[in-house]
Amino acid sequence: MSRLKTLVEERRGVDPLRGGHALCQGCGIPMVVRVVLGTITRPTVVVNATGCLEVATTRFPTTAWNVPWVHVAFENAAAVASGIEAAQRALARRESLPAAEDVAIVVFAGDGGTYDIGMQALSGALERGHRFLFVCYDNEAYMNTGVQRSGATPFGAGTTTSPVGLESFGKAQRRKDMTAIAVAHHVPYVAQAASTYWHDLSLKVERAAAADGASFVNVLTDCPLGWGHEPRLAPQVIAAAVETRFWPLYEVVDGRYRLTHEPARTQPIERWLDGQKRFAHLLRPENAGLVEEIQHAVDRDWAELRSLCRGDANGAAA
Amino acid sequence: MSAPDPQLLTGGEAVAHALCQIQPDVVPVYPITPQTPIIQTFSSLVADGAAHTEIVNVESEHSAMSAAIGAALAGARTATATSSQGLALMAEVVYIAASMRAPLTMAVGNRALSGPINIHCDHSDSMLVRDSGVAQLFAENAQEAYDLMVMAPRIAEHPDVSLPVLVCQDGFTITHAAEPVTMLSDDEVRAFVGEYRTRVQPLLDTEHPATHGPFAMPDYYFEFRRAQAAALEACTRVVADVADEFARLTGRENHAVEEYRLEGAESVVVALGSSAGTVKDVVDELRDDGEPVGLLKIRSFRPFPTTALRVALDGARDVIVLDRADSPGGAPPLAAEVAFAMAGLDVTLHSHVYGLGGRDLHPEAIRQVLHGEAPRYVGVRGEPCPA
Repeated sequence: MSRLKTLVEERRGVDPLRGGHALCQGCGIPMVVRVVLGTITRPTVVVNATGCLEVATTRFPTTAWNVPWVHVAFENAAAVASGIEAAQRALARRESLPAAEDVAIVVFAGDGGTYDIGMQALSGALERGHRFLFVCYDNEAYMNTGVQRSGATPFGAGTTTSPVGLESFGKAQRRKDMTAIAVAHHVPYVAQAASTYWHDLSLKVERAAAADGASFVNVLTDCPLGWGHEPRLAPQVIAAAVETRFWPLYEVVDGRYRLTHEPARTQPIERWLDGQKRFAHLLRPENAGLVEEIQHAVDRDWAELRSLCRGDANGAAA
Repeated sequence: MSAPDPQLLTGGEAVAHALCQIQPDVVPVYPITPQTPIIQTFSSLVADGAAHTEIVNVESEHSAMSAAIGAALAGARTATATSSQGLALMAEVVYIAASMRAPLTMAVGNRALSGPINIHCDHSDSMLVRDSGVAQLFAENAQEAYDLMVMAPRIAEHPDVSLPVLVCQDGFTITHAAEPVTMLSDDEVRAFVGEYRTRVQPLLDTEHPATHGPFAMPDYYFEFRRAQAAALEACTRVVADVADEFARLTGRENHAVEEYRLEGAESVVVALGSSAGTVKDVVDELRDDGEPVGLLKIRSFRPFPTTALRVALDGARDVIVLDRADSPGGAPPLAAEVAFAMAGLDVTLHSHVYGLGGRDLHPEAIRQVLHGEAPRYVGVRGEPCPA
């Protein structure tokens, strides 16, 4: 439990993200930010894409940030990080860095700023191999603008732009596999994590931050407002995503896949769908076929991932 | 110290050599015609070790300006370059760069905007970011492109300014045409430009964390915008000071406006960019014929030299504004500026649009313009001539 101790200790006496911000009660984002920044022991610069986190933490003239923080726009966080990293290299070469210690560069972006509008800049930055960590807090829709569907919204979810209606069952398309897209860039470290699996997330951030190059961590993060669950149930909801294998926890180190958490037993996808208003319609009898379809996709993806993994959940090489 | 002999350089090469002498820390850039020779030349200079710059070969102009903001705010001297669609794509971030007071320089090879797609010169790309809050300086030739590029970091990084400065040169006409260019020595440029100092609290100074780019609602947004306007107002004085200093060093004039044979001029042309050179030739010819004509060349389009222009044009009878960009349904951008500057003066304003998409402006057309014989759109097919 020493990791927990480290995480709850205020780094150098100052919490990088302080309370008093305006994120919703029960929002999973600040927990992700705190685990990420609490894990990285180096001084850190934060780049933030437009979204809930940015809007709710920097209402001028206030700020919740105790680390250098920059926001430019929605789609370009990875490009901004590229420029900071290039500046870091240039200033290091002429021995003009303001800080003596090596500075980590961390991007936080939602799924919109990662999967959709931010993907080009992210892809470019990953391909160029800048030394930075991109953390996606993936809450599966455009929550800041009021729950619109994104490339990360799962099949069948009701959102304000994929509404459930007499002739619609919600989003008709599958979600994009952004983690796989990041892997395809041959960066040294990619992982998929979940907000309430903080120990797993923290281990991944540690490896990502130590990577000599670009790294990407995709963190499933609950949004009580957009998902339609009680804030206090966030751990159970996130656990359902992981334990039903809807959201497997794994990492890809230099191209080698490894599951970091093996669900104990097979659980039906209904456990994930149940308890979230965006999926409520799927559990009606007439939509049994859709649930079957979702289960089938989860099983197929899991089998595919399993076949890619060369080691077991405890890290031992097969 | 290199000898001050002129060298045969294109405008693009001249600006690349200026960049090499400035030695920016970071240059994020994306290729686009007619800017490409700038970054190609600069890249080969860096590859040969002549400059120590981190070139970031980004995947779009949007990312070029985004990375430039990141680098400038991180504490690095930063430059980039673009043209046309590239400037259009990055326009969103150009506005933000200005609002974040990112002191960076950008070479622009002016080119028409699509559509239809075209690669040749007009100023519609620059005019697209007219209201972004950046400074825009226009060169008449390769020499001025070089000079303005050397001046640009001093203007951009001045604490009262702290804004992006765009150094604009006409695509192909300047970027690709070789002319004699007299460069300063590397040492002179380095001494002129000085160390990178910024009023911005650098992101990489983690001991002093600052929040850059916060969310400003109706209770503060207006103050941010007003502060930006003040920065461009201050920029007028800074451009003058830097031009004075540059003139002392080189003997070359690069102030916000250039008055060409305005003494006793009754008809005065106002123009930006390379066409000013052609207008000068025509003015010389007509002056030889005894016609009282002159030229007022605008180098600094932003900040616009409203006061200087009003003083220079007071006494003229006809002012003829040549715009190399149009504003369909309204006044062309330069004409609108001149009209604003001249309000209340007893002067007749004539507005012409010419040269869109690289259409040449011939001396004969300028003579017609000066004689009131040219249509509003100069050099376009099927345009009815004035009665």
